[in-house]
Amino acid sequence: MSGPVLSVRGLVKSYGADRVLDGVDLDVHEHEVVVLIGASGSGKSTLLRCVDLLEEVDDGQVLLDGQDVSDPRVDADVARRAMGVVFQQFNLFPHLSVLDNVTLASRVVHGVPRERAEREALALLERVGVGDKARAHPDRLSGGQQQRVAIARALAHEPRLLLLDEITSALDPELVGEVLTLVRELAAQGRTILMATHEMGFAKQVADRVCFLDRGRLVESGPPEQVLGEPEHERTRQFLRRIVAAGRLV
Amino acid sequence: MISDLQRERLAHRRSRSRRSTLIALVSTVVFAAVAWFTVTSSPGWPRVRRSFFDLETARRSLPAVLDGLWLNVRVLVVCEVLILVLALGIAALRTLRGPVWFPVRVLATGYVDLFRGLPLIICLYLVGFGLPGLRLTGLPRDPVVLGSIALVLVYSAYVAEVFRAGIESVHPSQLAAARSLGLDHGRTMRIVVLPQAVRRVLPALLNDFVALQKDCGLISVLGAVDAVRAAQIASASSYNFTPHVVAGLLFVLLAVPSARLADLVSRRAARRWGAA
Repeated sequence: MSGPVLSVRGLVKSYGADRVLDGVDLDVHEHEVVVLIGASGSGKSTLLRCVDLLEEVDDGQVLLDGQDVSDPRVDADVARRAMGVVFQQFNLFPHLSVLDNVTLASRVVHGVPRERAEREALALLERVGVGDKARAHPDRLSGGQQQRVAIARALAHEPRLLLLDEITSALDPELVGEVLTLVRELAAQGRTILMATHEMGFAKQVADRVCFLDRGRLVESGPPEQVLGEPEHERTRQFLRRIVAAGRLV
Repeated sequence: MISDLQRERLAHRRSRSRRSTLIALVSTVVFAAVAWFTVTSSPGWPRVRRSFFDLETARRSLPAVLDGLWLNVRVLVVCEVLILVLALGIAALRTLRGPVWFPVRVLATGYVDLFRGLPLIICLYLVGFGLPGLRLTGLPRDPVVLGSIALVLVYSAYVAEVFRAGIESVHPSQLAAARSLGLDHGRTMRIVVLPQAVRRVLPALLNDFVALQKDCGLISVLGAVDAVRAAQIASASSYNFTPHVVAGLLFVLLAVPSARLADLVSRRAARRWGAA
């Protein structure tokens, strides 16, 4: 593995006349944790959705281990198997138990026998700290627990790349910590992660690289202490000032 | 201002969609041809064509059948209005909570159970022949009115359940929000719950009304001269079943605009709710 796991080249995405992504270039290397920051509407979530091929791109490329998965000839369902996504609103299936949520893809897509899938899922749920909730349905869990189950679900098929889309934004403040601790562990294990977040303090601790998005363009990118500490661009400085004023940067 | 790569991708997508359209077109034509050939080459086809698809008989019976259809349309409109009102009332009664309302709830539930289970044709006989048989003064004797009563009784039970499903699908937090503003149960229902509920079940409602449209033809069993009855009369005099086919086609034509309206309404509702 020499090249980057994910390589985004000149990505463009528009909704009607609204150019949400305006030529984004970005590489994520193996074992790297890249954090996307920016105001809401800057294109962070759209970028993640384009990478997971949930949105059809209007121009540019998404390369996964060198393969152009944004090409219409590539089977998007197959390409997505190399990625795991965790959404802001958890998006657990309410009609399935926690265990079935986690084993669904293994059993249905990857053909793993139920017994093995459940053994692995239970180990995974144990690791994210909700092993005792395996038989419960998602509505019996707290937001933090649900989000940890969602992370377990994304990890179940051993993805090359983990995409986290503002996974703590819908959580109560006292539940944010438990989810971020889990992400920190995943980063320490050497997972390759691309995540969007508003938690600047967390970005500072865990990121190998921070990318600042503004109006669909990648304005600034570099180590956290540089982008968050001594940003080069005026737009980044303005954004960080607003964050500090809101008391969100510690 | 797009890259060559994207231009090539767009060309690929276009050619792929052209290919799918072509495949769909060819397979449809082939299927239709096979179906047509199978029917027309069957040994009994000449006789079937004479007794079911005779153009001359169709032309002669059309005015009478159309006259009958006009009666069906009027029955339909009146019944629809009555059904909506009655069904909404029953659904509202079924959603009342608290022990005081127990008898009302039981009555409403009993009504729904009875008339959803009772076959429409038996209900028509009971109302159409049983009611006048009581020889009470003031009761209607017109088969059209009696048939309409039976339709309203049965369909209200179905539509009430559709409404109830809609009402119960509105999240309890909406009720909490309305009650917290000081609205009583009735106003909460009318201003907050029902508008959301009705929008959600519109496709199901329109579906029931398309069904009602053709079931209006069943009032013919009571002797009302509607489209079906008119076709029967014409068939009896010509020894030919074509008038029935004419009536059937007219009912289909009547249902098409309703079905398209249902599609349109659900699409618009989906768009509005998707944006929310």
